[in-house]
Amino acid sequence: MPSNSRRTRFLEVRGPTGRRQRVLSALGIWALFFGVWVFASATGLVNDLLVPAPQKVFATTFDLFIHRGFASDVLISISRVLIAFGMACAIAVPLGVMMGVFPAIEAIFAPFVSAWRYLPAPSFIPILLMWFGTGEQPKLALLFIGVIFFLITLIMDHTKTVREELIETALTLGAGRTVVVLKVVLPAALPDIMTAMRQMLAMAWTYLVIAEIVASTTGIGAMMMRARRFLKTDEILSGIIVIGALGLLFDLAFGMLHRRAFPYLKEKR
Amino acid sequence: MGAPLLDIRNVSKSFDLGRGATVQAVRDVSFKVERNSICVLLGPSGCGKSTILRMMAGLEHATEGEIAIGGKIVGGPGRDRGMVFQAYTSFDWLSVRRNVEFGMKINGVPTAERRARADRFLDLVGLTKFADVYPSQLSGGMRQRVAIARTLANDPDVLLMDEPFGALDAETRWLMQELMINVAEKTDATMVIVTHDLEEAIFLADKIVFLSSHPGSLKEEIIPAFKNGARIADKEKIIRMDGYTAMEEKLMRMMREEGSRDE
Repeated sequence: MPSNSRRTRFLEVRGPTGRRQRVLSALGIWALFFGVWVFASATGLVNDLLVPAPQKVFATTFDLFIHRGFASDVLISISRVLIAFGMACAIAVPLGVMMGVFPAIEAIFAPFVSAWRYLPAPSFIPILLMWFGTGEQPKLALLFIGVIFFLITLIMDHTKTVREELIETALTLGAGRTVVVLKVVLPAALPDIMTAMRQMLAMAWTYLVIAEIVASTTGIGAMMMRARRFLKTDEILSGIIVIGALGLLFDLAFGMLHRRAFPYLKEKR
Repeated sequence: MGAPLLDIRNVSKSFDLGRGATVQAVRDVSFKVERNSICVLLGPSGCGKSTILRMMAGLEHATEGEIAIGGKIVGGPGRDRGMVFQAYTSFDWLSVRRNVEFGMKINGVPTAERRARADRFLDLVGLTKFADVYPSQLSGGMRQRVAIARTLANDPDVLLMDEPFGALDAETRWLMQELMINVAEKTDATMVIVTHDLEEAIFLADKIVFLSSHPGSLKEEIIPAFKNGARIADKEKIIRMDGYTAMEEKLMRMMREEGSRDE
């Protein structure tokens, strides 16, 4: 570092942070969190029954996976998210793009979609249970209702931000409507559409847990509700940790897919 | 020169502002664009020059009058009238080569011919080395060259350009202007170029169509006679030619008059 440079302060407005500093900061905050937790349970500051020590929670998580078939609950939860989210995307992507391209289609669906957006998905749980019973359908339906209307709106908005000049360029090169939509608007909007999907996937996890807690005998949420009945706080916390870890993994996977699918974005600048 | 390629006949354009209000952008403009010529639409802002160009492209419809290309009335946009915009329009998800091939591909030009034409026009604009990179890695001037190559490779009857170098720095702009002269000489392309830059107009134009503002109407058609019908691809050379300064002064005076008329 040059000797004549101004002393760099820790809090520099929009200042640069090195990779080292960021890693240390991230590790630090988590070390602090677990440190407080360990300290509080070791000194009896908190009731061991309500807040078991972290080492116990991790041991329980391990035990759940190895000896008590927790993996099948986790797989069921993952498949619920993927199926419902996949169905929502299969409708939302084409519909959202069409609404973003053709004002006539937006005029038909936008008033419908935006009204549904204001209905909290969990308010459908009682009626979904009456319609579908307690099988897979009500859970899938809740996840589906929970994300599709937001997905459609987000995708429509992203499609609208595709610049007019790109469309006009295609038209003056001889493109018809189909070519404009499939070869220009869709690829131009795709990175943003993927980002919208990434955000809504996180929301799908939220609805999954709600569905499994309210009415299910399988899945991570159901396991947590069973544990509650037997005062197994360590198992409940295990469930929370697994849900968090899965969310993180899915987000990382989406991020990687994004970089893979759109190399030209990374190479900018 | 034969029959003109483009015939703009008594064209007017009003825009609907909503609530029954309209504004007239263009009033009764007529002029012709000869085949293989460079026609520059010049005028102050608000003279409707971009609107006229967009009507030629078929991206706007004339309220009155008509535009014909090769005797056929312009309805909507089509590949016979390729357009280059001021804003960058490269398709970021395609390599430079695939950008240049885009128009040919959607129009069903066979692969081998497409490749060959793309190579030719990449070479023409000096981007052969960059054929396989993404446009986002290129500078502004290079991205405009991609757009020009993409449009020309699609074999339009006329190249329409809407202030194509307006977003570029001065040095790049000169280079691009010189490039356009070379391109015109080598391809015999017909070009209509909108600008408000006097130097650019004199340098590029075989004919200048000067428009006055509010509403846009034709003020004068000017042939830069001092060039003796030749094109000069060297910016420094043209500035030293007899008659250049007089031409620039005349255009500047016309611009001034327009400006003072507004106040």
